[in-house]
Amino acid sequence: MFSTSITLNQFIVAIQETLVMVGVSLLIGSLIGIPLGILLVVTRPGGVLESKLFYSVLNPIINIVRSLPFIILLVAIIPFTRMLVNTSIGTSAAIVPLTIYIAPYIGRLVENSLLEVKEGILEAAESMGATPFQVIRYFLLPEALGSLILTLTTATIGLIGATAMAGVVGGGGVGDLAISFGYQRFDTFVIVVTCIILVIIVQGVQSLGNYLARKARRN
Amino acid sequence: MIQMQDVYKVFERKGVTNEALKNINLTVNKGDIFGVIGYSGAGKSTLIRLVNYLERPTKGRVLVDGKPLDLFDTKQLRAMKKNIGMIFQHFNLLESKTVFDNVAIPLVLTKTPKTDIQQRVTELLEFVGLGDKAKSFPNELSGGQKQRVGIARALASNPSILLCDEATSALDPQTTRSILQLLKRINEEYNITIMIITHEMSVIQEICNRVAVMEKGEIIEQGTVLEVFGKPKHPTTKNFVRTVIQDSMQSNMKELIQRQSAQQRHQLDANQQIQIYKLEFVGEHASEPIIHTLYRKYVNVQLNILFANMTEIQSTTLGHMVIQLKGNNEDIQEAVAFLEDKGVTIREVKE
Repeated sequence: MFSTSITLNQFIVAIQETLVMVGVSLLIGSLIGIPLGILLVVTRPGGVLESKLFYSVLNPIINIVRSLPFIILLVAIIPFTRMLVNTSIGTSAAIVPLTIYIAPYIGRLVENSLLEVKEGILEAAESMGATPFQVIRYFLLPEALGSLILTLTTATIGLIGATAMAGVVGGGGVGDLAISFGYQRFDTFVIVVTCIILVIIVQGVQSLGNYLARKARRN
Repeated sequence: MIQMQDVYKVFERKGVTNEALKNINLTVNKGDIFGVIGYSGAGKSTLIRLVNYLERPTKGRVLVDGKPLDLFDTKQLRAMKKNIGMIFQHFNLLESKTVFDNVAIPLVLTKTPKTDIQQRVTELLEFVGLGDKAKSFPNELSGGQKQRVGIARALASNPSILLCDEATSALDPQTTRSILQLLKRINEEYNITIMIITHEMSVIQEICNRVAVMEKGEIIEQGTVLEVFGKPKHPTTKNFVRTVIQDSMQSNMKELIQRQSAQQRHQLDANQQIQIYKLEFVGEHASEPIIHTLYRKYVNVQLNILFANMTEIQSTTLGHMVIQLKGNNEDIQEAVAFLEDKGVTIREVKE
């Protein structure tokens, strides 16, 4: 069971690749997804910047992207990926579909978090004569902060899962290691270690998210 | 200060129209504490939201300070809202911010300098009696304290009008009283016009000077609190008044008297009779020794007080009394005339 064909160094590289893919696509995905979620909330019927047109265009687009399984999205947008990063294989090539996968997901989660903010808070904001931007900045976001942190935690964990499929385009990472060495070369040790590593990473992310959310809720 | 002219409000949801307000006409004068009372669903909440345009009228006009709100653009409306503070039944405080930051929000929105904010918020928290709670979070406060924070926040931008949307409905009677006293102080010390909506008559009795009674989207009665309490016309108004003023006998007492007078009637002389009257005293009449004079002056009339109650409204006394008079018809009529002459409202009660 302890006989394995890969080195410690390969593990470390794989972990690094996973962290880079998750980190970069989470960052860019959040930069797109958070504004997307805010837009969904403020343009919806009854929102502070109600816009039927905007909402009815944005909403289905997000649904369409969200309905594609990641493995299909990954290969379906290869031409787009090539256009953007000049290659269709490797870690940077995996980051493009990961970002496109996670941004609408974050958008939806952020939307849900913001919708949890009590109607009365928004009414109070409106009664103070707050502008739509002020409503978002001083009322919506601070009140939803704890929930938003948990949202990003969920998104991060979803992203870690998705990186396992990045091997299809040679993206590397621990998931790829498990498939190409553990599964295809019958190296049980790699599978076990990969699972342990993933569990530790996910646990760590979740605990950190819970801690930060608790802190945000009670300052 | 606030005027509503022929205001209608219709809500349409899934093709079903609901007329929330019908033909509303009212005027709130500067310095008033104006109460709007009604059962839930009467349209009070919609009515108060018209004042700061959280709801727009479907028809008719709302004027604040003589200016019609429908002519304002978005920017002017925002400026107008800064002149109108509002407090809510469920306080609507930001749970994620301290008491200090909650009160500071209206000032932050107007980009007030930090040192001014510090000074104003400290002063407001002292005023509402929460000087030591600046660093607390709303979930560490009691309901009454939360409403005090709400009040401080509503006052931060120095408004001239304060709207209270069921501000005491989530509070116990004692806390309600202390919040009402605070509102009265705000009215007197800062000369802020207050509009209150409530379903509790005691709120109206305690602090309002004028009142409108609403039912099914309409104002069914309005006037000074004394007028409306003293002479309620509409059955709904009477129901509300009865929640705070007992103006007639309890039913078991009534039955007893009916039985007694039926017995007595058999023993009456031919020209004698028994009559029951309901009396109403307002203001100074309530403190004059009228009954004493009646008793002394009309010795042929036997006087029996069946029920009496005094209530104070707007520092005026309102008295209700039910009396039984026994004697000759002429003597009784003379006694009644005497009471009417003294300014007492008198009405015969048929059994």
